[in-house]
Amino acid sequence: MQQNKRTCLYPRHEAMGALISPFGGFDMPIQYTDIISEHQAVRQACGMFDVSHMGEFRVTGKDATAFVNHIFTNDMTQAADGQILYGMMLNPSGGVVDDLLVYRYNPEHYLLVVNASNIDKDWEWVTGNSGKFDVDIQNLSDETGELAIQGPEAEKAMVDVLGIPCADLTFYTFGEYTFNGAPVLVSRTGYTGEDGFEIYASHEITVQIWDTLLKNKAALPCGLGCRDTLRFEVGLPLYGDELSDDITPLEAGLGIFVKFDKPEFIGREALLRQKEEGLKRRIVGLELLDRNIARHGYEVLSPEGEVIGHITTGYRGISTDRSIAMALIDARYAAKDTEVKVRIRRKEIPARVVAKKFYKKSYKK
Amino acid sequence: MSKIYYSKTHEYAKVDGNVAVIGISDYAQHALGNVVFVDMPEQGEDVTAGEDFGAVESVKAASDLIAPVSGAVLESNEVLLDNPRLVNQSPLADGWIIKVEMTDPAELDNLMDEAAYAEFCKQESH
Repeated sequence: MQQNKRTCLYPRHEAMGALISPFGGFDMPIQYTDIISEHQAVRQACGMFDVSHMGEFRVTGKDATAFVNHIFTNDMTQAADGQILYGMMLNPSGGVVDDLLVYRYNPEHYLLVVNASNIDKDWEWVTGNSGKFDVDIQNLSDETGELAIQGPEAEKAMVDVLGIPCADLTFYTFGEYTFNGAPVLVSRTGYTGEDGFEIYASHEITVQIWDTLLKNKAALPCGLGCRDTLRFEVGLPLYGDELSDDITPLEAGLGIFVKFDKPEFIGREALLRQKEEGLKRRIVGLELLDRNIARHGYEVLSPEGEVIGHITTGYRGISTDRSIAMALIDARYAAKDTEVKVRIRRKEIPARVVAKKFYKKSYKK
Repeated sequence: MSKIYYSKTHEYAKVDGNVAVIGISDYAQHALGNVVFVDMPEQGEDVTAGEDFGAVESVKAASDLIAPVSGAVLESNEVLLDNPRLVNQSPLADGWIIKVEMTDPAELDNLMDEAAYAEFCKQESH
């Protein structure tokens, strides 16, 4: 069996007695104490996540903008230097190879931040499609640490405790700073629906930042368990649940991140065709009408009992005390307030279609 | 005086006469983390030893409940509907799940006593 990778902070997680589980090829902390307290810390104060498992590719060269625009659904010609865009890489059938953030340093320099579980696939994809472009691509994943500092008190932790003057960063922008004399990249981004920052640095500096925040009690260590409940409550997709090689961004409701006015990008024709023919499936929000919880993979049924799709993510909400889920279902049942059912063990539990933003985001724009 | 028995799937049966109070062990609640829902049978339903009769849902996942003994459900702990965290706070007392009138008390012979279960958990956590 292949050994899972470990991040630079693994010894810290182990020492704190975190519950460790495999995720995306890494042994990652799921929780340090319990998911609910860690979730609340992010909604109400500040939490910090080791997200060093994420992948980073640097793209430089004369054709960097044209190349990124070729493999990416969003339009980097519309981004300013220092700005970040979210979007997807698609295969020719319009399925999602990965969803990612693209950081624009300048028209000849980009940083792509991809999901841990897809690093190898993405690397093949990105380098394999670069042939006709004058670009240089580096995989920085193994040498880059990443922390997410999230919550209403994240800015205070960054500025007052770490001494990084990043208060003037606006949503989805980034800047280059120093910490203990070493370079760090900081962006006002995250995956929790709260204000917050993500910091990219060397392994050594990543550990120093973690220790500084911990020592000053400026942020509570938070595991991937609450990262998932937090992102889910605000309707953000997770690759492998709401996105995959055979789910398109249109089906996932992410059409605003697809710029059809660009002359070309991989997957464009397939998506145009899908748009023209109409969507057969959609990701929707569901609210269950009792306390049972719909879990990933459970079947969604029509009122007549026919299988119309499956649950992609489901929880008992933490910031909103309801049994809620996201599901990929037959588009004929996707209208708001449509009544459906979810098969949970031997029962069929009534549910209705709702907006998949179960909890309001509080970004600082 | 009641006696407590445990199954390999971490349910307990606290037995007094013909009646068994069934719940999950302290080891199990700890491993599950925050319990947010308990799916349990209603009064009058039958449960069968070795078969699932409901589920305990933590934030992260659903875990089937496997009946340690067979019998008819006399009562389910409805307090858990509003306060599922009792399973974490008091698994062996206020966090019990169902009370069963046993049909075959000889099934208890297939379960572990407290000392054997403690040893079993020690093995399992390594």
